[in-house]
Amino acid sequence: MTLNMKTAFMVGVTTLVAAASTLAYAAGGGTGDYKMEHKHWHFNGAFGTYDKAAAQRGYQVYREVCSSCHQLKHLSFRHLGDKGAPFYDEDYKNPNDNPYVKNFAADWQVEDIDSETGDVIDRPGVPADAFPAIYPNDAAARAGNGGGLPPDLSLIVAARNGGADYVYNLLTAYNTKKPDDVELTAGLYYNPVMDGGKISMAPPLNDEGVEYADGTIATVEQMASDVTEFLAWSADPKLEQRKAAGLMTMLYLSILAILLWFSYKRVWKDVEH
Amino acid sequence: MSGHPSTYEPKYAPTKWLDQRLPIVRMGADFMTFPSPRNLNYWYTFGGILTMCLASQIITGIILAMHYVPHVDMAFDSVQRIRRDVPFGWLIQPMHAVGASMFFLAVYVHMFRGLYYGSYKAPREVLWIVGCLIYLAMMATGFLGYTLPWGQMSFWGATVITGFFGAVPVVGESLQQWLLGGYAVDNATLNRFFALHYLLPFVIAGLVGLHVWALHHVGQNNPIGITEKTKKDTLSFHPYYTVKDGFAMVVFMLIFAFFVFYQPDALGHADNYIQADALKTPPHIVPEWYFLPFYAILRAVPDKLAGILLMLGAIVVLFVLPWLDTSRVRSSRFRPVARKFFWIFIFFCFILGWCGAETPDDMVFTVGSKMVDGELKPMGLNFTWLSRIATFYYFAYFLAILPILGLIEKPLARPESITKAVLGDKAHSAAE
Amino acid sequence: MSDTLHNDAHGETVDEGKRDFIYIATGAVAAAGVASLGWPLVAQMGKAADTLAAGSVEIDVSKIAEGQQLKVLWRGKPVFVRHRTAKEITEAENTDAAACPDPQMDNERLIPDTTGKLRPEYLVMIGVCTHFGCIPVGEAGDFDGWYCPCHGSHYDTSGRIRKGPAPKNMEIPEYQYISENVIKVG
Repeated sequence: MTLNMKTAFMVGVTTLVAAASTLAYAAGGGTGDYKMEHKHWHFNGAFGTYDKAAAQRGYQVYREVCSSCHQLKHLSFRHLGDKGAPFYDEDYKNPNDNPYVKNFAADWQVEDIDSETGDVIDRPGVPADAFPAIYPNDAAARAGNGGGLPPDLSLIVAARNGGADYVYNLLTAYNTKKPDDVELTAGLYYNPVMDGGKISMAPPLNDEGVEYADGTIATVEQMASDVTEFLAWSADPKLEQRKAAGLMTMLYLSILAILLWFSYKRVWKDVEH
Repeated sequence: MSGHPSTYEPKYAPTKWLDQRLPIVRMGADFMTFPSPRNLNYWYTFGGILTMCLASQIITGIILAMHYVPHVDMAFDSVQRIRRDVPFGWLIQPMHAVGASMFFLAVYVHMFRGLYYGSYKAPREVLWIVGCLIYLAMMATGFLGYTLPWGQMSFWGATVITGFFGAVPVVGESLQQWLLGGYAVDNATLNRFFALHYLLPFVIAGLVGLHVWALHHVGQNNPIGITEKTKKDTLSFHPYYTVKDGFAMVVFMLIFAFFVFYQPDALGHADNYIQADALKTPPHIVPEWYFLPFYAILRAVPDKLAGILLMLGAIVVLFVLPWLDTSRVRSSRFRPVARKFFWIFIFFCFILGWCGAETPDDMVFTVGSKMVDGELKPMGLNFTWLSRIATFYYFAYFLAILPILGLIEKPLARPESITKAVLGDKAHSAAE
Repeated sequence: MSDTLHNDAHGETVDEGKRDFIYIATGAVAAAGVASLGWPLVAQMGKAADTLAAGSVEIDVSKIAEGQQLKVLWRGKPVFVRHRTAKEITEAENTDAAACPDPQMDNERLIPDTTGKLRPEYLVMIGVCTHFGCIPVGEAGDFDGWYCPCHGSHYDTSGRIRKGPAPKNMEIPEYQYISENVIKVG
């Protein structure tokens, strides 16, 4: 019976681990015949890291396209230059000094109070500033987008079943043929990745919509993939630290387990049990 | 505290002095030398693992409380700040969130072990009941804690669960609103949930103290369920079980670490990365995995109050289990029939968990289809009916199978003592 | 894990000689693990990234009239910017630094502007008493500078401690002139 229970335990643990690993893929929404494309992301797997070049291009896509409606609520400019972030530079360990970060920050207008007059003013951002809100409030955001509320993008990859695949597919699935049973009212677009197939966001990406500095051809797929890489980082900026620490931890625990096993054998050597 | 004669002898003047005034070193020494049955297997290491889980949750929890802000406008952002800006917050926050799941994983193994080996039977009824109280307190703590990140699942989970109280006849609504401190889940609710979530782990720690006290008073059960008779049947807790528990703990930590570092979100829900929105319910709300079986029992009944009573009953029945099981044999090792029913019980617990995660009207499997009101409907078993079958078995196991089986089952022959059982055929060679 | 615990309950004493390599290695590795887990648990209480990045403050000193003082909050502490009068400057400059408990010349407490010139009329310092952190009152005390009401520390017109329990002069924050009349603290 002991054997049985041991087997049951092993089976249980294996099932749990396997179930957890596949859970992220389990649900993915979708309507009609649309099949979610599961991309191999650079950050997948135990040793995965962010593709910095892609994430840098992704920031450009965000800045030039998405940022007209979507905020990055949980990011500050300085985060862009943190370790593991798209614009990290070894020469600038303090992200506040990173010239890219400074330029990006200065590229945004941040609301502030004039300390002398008390007036509300706009000034160029500094690395310590959070990415500013696009709309003053939710009502204004809805009014500007035909009733739809553009969600915050800093957590979008974490906040959707399917994660990065969801975001990528959402951006690339606009040209899927609409099934007859989905009826669209004015201001709605067909997108099979959305629950119910309806989305208020017009197709945001067009070929050559941005001009990449590194010469990459800006196809819709390329831009979708790049911005997803960037948004994946923004949802989980500590992924690289975590995986690195994870490797060390797993190695350490394995060694300790082996040592404890031998200690156990040693202690119990002369004991029948 | 423990029921075995103390062997501690203070050697030095200061330890002698202290021992006469507060025998705390003696207590620790007696704990470490506690005579434990020599045949405990790895299923008996989960007590130690659970102690580790509780300690880990309390430590990481106190740390998170240093950075968390229990206010509806800031709670969600403060959790993000912990993960992004607080030194090592990216490690400590997932440790706490995953730790809750690990705690429940361990407690379920611990409980199933108790069920299998009959650890609830005399003289361990109080030990078992205190354990059930710990489990209840854990459920409350887990639920309260899940509200704190103030995501969509937090908010709607809190709304649904506090809705249970609204089902109480007559006073239900006022009871629910008293609990919430308002008409709906809001800042008052979040604040008090935070206060209670901070309190309950220390209640659990106190209950664990009672649990261990009771354990040391009556002695540990063991895989054959035969009470130890002589010194030969036992081993000192240290070093024999410290090293065995230690090994099991580290193996458990490997699983724990796998989730913390590689799958920190796998046991949670994507919707909880969306800030709570009182105007929009997520399309598919489910509780954390460790509540799923109870959620399935709740939904198995079409009536609100009856569903809640049934769900409560599923926990209450655990409290009276020592008096439901009529068998005089503790361990299922010697109960061939009970053993089979036990594994079916485990199977149905998993089925209930599965049902809890699925939409009730979805089909488990289909057998053809049939025209209903001019529409072609698939025929087969849906999750509502599957959860009804599983719920029925859950209660039948406790209320019918265990009481009746104890009277009619013919147990296998049991060894006289642990030593006999351990040495068995080898008694010969061991003697040489 | 004291040695006394090694006698097990029924006299099957554990031979101390068995505490060999494997036990020492296991114990050492486990201790190292506990120690390295301890570090994050302690370090988490340090300054968070957003606190470290907290912004700087810009002050237009030309807006402060002679004999007036501006108080600005920076990193949760008040920064005093005082436009000193000629009398105050003279007092500050003519004080024998050696006579102060924390000897410092007045010009050591100033930072040159964009042209490299010292501007003794503007004294910038963190307005926190170096004793136990209260905020001193201006134009008070035996030296016409600042006086801390909490425990009676007297500062002169250069913000140096002259009398009372405070051990050090009031601190000068990191700041610079970014234009003729604007200073940036931090």
